[in-house]
Amino acid sequence: MGTAPGHRALDARRLAALVKKESLQVVRDPSAILIAFVLPAILLFLFAFAVSLDIDDVRIGVVRESDSAAAQSLAAAFSGTRYFHVTPARDRREAEPELVAGRLRGIVVIPADLDARLAAQSADRGPIVQIITDGSQPNTANFVSGYAEGVVANWLQSRAPAPGERISVEPRFWFNPEIESRRALIPGAIAIVMTMIGTLLTALVVAREWERGTMEAVMSTPAGILEILLAKLLPYFVLGLVATLGCALVAVLLLDVPLRGSWPALLLLSAAFLVPALGQGLLISALTRNQFVASQIALLSGFLPAFLLSGFLFEIDSMPLLIRGLTHIVAARYFVASLQTVFLAGDVWSLFLPDILAMLAIGLVFFVITARGSRKSLDT
Amino acid sequence: MKGRLSAQILKELLAYLRDPKSRLTLIGPPLLQLFIFSFAVTLDVSNVDIAVLNEDGGQWSQEMIQRMQAAGFVGELHYADRPAALAGMIDRREVLLAIRFPADFSRLAATGQHAVAQVIIDGRRANSGQVALGYLARIAADLGIELGDGRAPPRVAVRHWFNPNLIYRWFVVPSLAGMLAMLIALLVTALSIARERELGTFDQLLVSPATSLEIVIGKSVPALIIGTILGCLMILAGVFIFRIPFTGSAILLVGCLMLFILSVVGIGLMVSSVCQTQQQAILGTFTIAVPVILISGFATPVENMPQWLQTIAAASPLKYFLVIVQGTFLKALPPAVVFANAWPMALIALVTLSSSMLIVRRNLQ
Repeated sequence: MGTAPGHRALDARRLAALVKKESLQVVRDPSAILIAFVLPAILLFLFAFAVSLDIDDVRIGVVRESDSAAAQSLAAAFSGTRYFHVTPARDRREAEPELVAGRLRGIVVIPADLDARLAAQSADRGPIVQIITDGSQPNTANFVSGYAEGVVANWLQSRAPAPGERISVEPRFWFNPEIESRRALIPGAIAIVMTMIGTLLTALVVAREWERGTMEAVMSTPAGILEILLAKLLPYFVLGLVATLGCALVAVLLLDVPLRGSWPALLLLSAAFLVPALGQGLLISALTRNQFVASQIALLSGFLPAFLLSGFLFEIDSMPLLIRGLTHIVAARYFVASLQTVFLAGDVWSLFLPDILAMLAIGLVFFVITARGSRKSLDT
Repeated sequence: MKGRLSAQILKELLAYLRDPKSRLTLIGPPLLQLFIFSFAVTLDVSNVDIAVLNEDGGQWSQEMIQRMQAAGFVGELHYADRPAALAGMIDRREVLLAIRFPADFSRLAATGQHAVAQVIIDGRRANSGQVALGYLARIAADLGIELGDGRAPPRVAVRHWFNPNLIYRWFVVPSLAGMLAMLIALLVTALSIARERELGTFDQLLVSPATSLEIVIGKSVPALIIGTILGCLMILAGVFIFRIPFTGSAILLVGCLMLFILSVVGIGLMVSSVCQTQQQAILGTFTIAVPVILISGFATPVENMPQWLQTIAAASPLKYFLVIVQGTFLKALPPAVVFANAWPMALIALVTLSSSMLIVRRNLQ
């Protein structure tokens, strides 16, 4: 840096003036408000009502080929459960095109010889009904076959009580006894919002300065690179924290998500996550210096990994080894794990501290690379 | 008019392809993402770590632990010596679930009574926890049946059509192809008018002899070409690299892909025509793209959503394209079903493209 003798790298007054300028720029641009308040509101709302991993009311067809009392009672057992929405049919050829079209997710065929199969069941243990699922949606298919099997088992049990189970497991869901996936998803929504503000917004704003050449103009002033970057990032840091706080308040007050940990822990975690998020945004802008390319890179390296690789929707343990390794450099991974904990479980510092350290380390790497790149660009 | 139009289309295409950085970001990252995410995105459960507290030490808890070890979904078993250690492992997310065998487990099982093992599941990961619990319950039930009267009667015959082994990737790759092509096409168009506004060249375009129809076509065609090529590349990757069965009509699929991209381009142009700067256009695009993806049925089925939201989801072109692309790959989707899902996309394209034309025309006057 071209620092003159006696010229301090960090001057409080200069920094304050720069921060004020940058903050005004943020506040005056409606798109920043859009991304910091409107999008979080839409996201929280959708996660509260739309994105639920709890499946119920799946549309299935029940093809009853037999008129016997047993067949009618089994068909009634399927209609009676809240997991299925049943379309009755008498011929499987009626139901099969519906499965292809995606209007049904499964078909239960109660065969014409149901009574004979029931009578023979104790001897040959053959199947008494057939279940066909729409395998093109594997998760729903799994659900349909699992629950349909359960309905048949319960129905058999109610007809002829068999000797009870000999060995079983008794489940208890800690932190989320009602098993509402929403409660685990909303912390993930906060991570996405923070990624948008930290990475995307920052990448865009700074890339625009490079694109227009105003970055060089700011750099030619007495302000040092450290001051310029700090002043650029501070408003977004504050904006990110405010947005998190807003999201958390909505989640706790309106969406029935508990906050079992403490607010200071929540803020500390969010502040720690903003370091790599802002660092990534800054790095992207410094490397691309073009708003279109910056937005593409931010989308592909920031938003999509936060959505798909952070573990809030898709289990990291189940991913192949190579991708599991890759998730370790996705800061959102640590943030999501800690956020879910602070909301649902409480302050588990033995989990928070390693996560915070990991986030800060990733952020540090981004800043170091950016600082090197920026210094070089001033020299040339 | 013809020469003017093709000149404008060529100019727009060059604007994206001339710069090596943007040329690279158009094709490279989406394909890379397709590969990474198609392996990452799975709701299957495997490699799960389980904590074990065995207060029993008898034959049957040992037998069950051995079966858990051999089960495909289990990664590693962590043994605990007291309940507090079990709780700690759950708290720190080291294990997805913990199983505790009480002291009388083997005795009850051996004497024909009901032996119960307690399972604690991390509710922060409720979805995977439920799946893993199902596997565990199956192991316990099977063991109980062997202890009793022998083999369990298979009560139902299950067949998964279209994807007999329920390979998750067969679902994810076609869906991601649609999603990624949409994101690129959306950004390319959203920036097109906004960038000219920011640079001040949009006024030049407005005073040129070009009509509003020509301007909208000139902005749409390049994005349509880029989005369609990208979508086709990813579909080809699905067929030849991921080896996903392709059972439907390729011609219909490409036609629907173009219709889909066109409807997305219409949305992008609408955003672009109301934005003053590129930054607004990009952020506006995200504000639209995120909900469109979430309600499209990619992460969770549309039919799980409340009715009023399903009505809103009907305006998302991605929803229809996902039905078509998934069905064309796996289900040999009949043309009638393809058309039933294609006309809403055409309607969306018509509405969005003509409204962006109206906005541009208002600018002209």
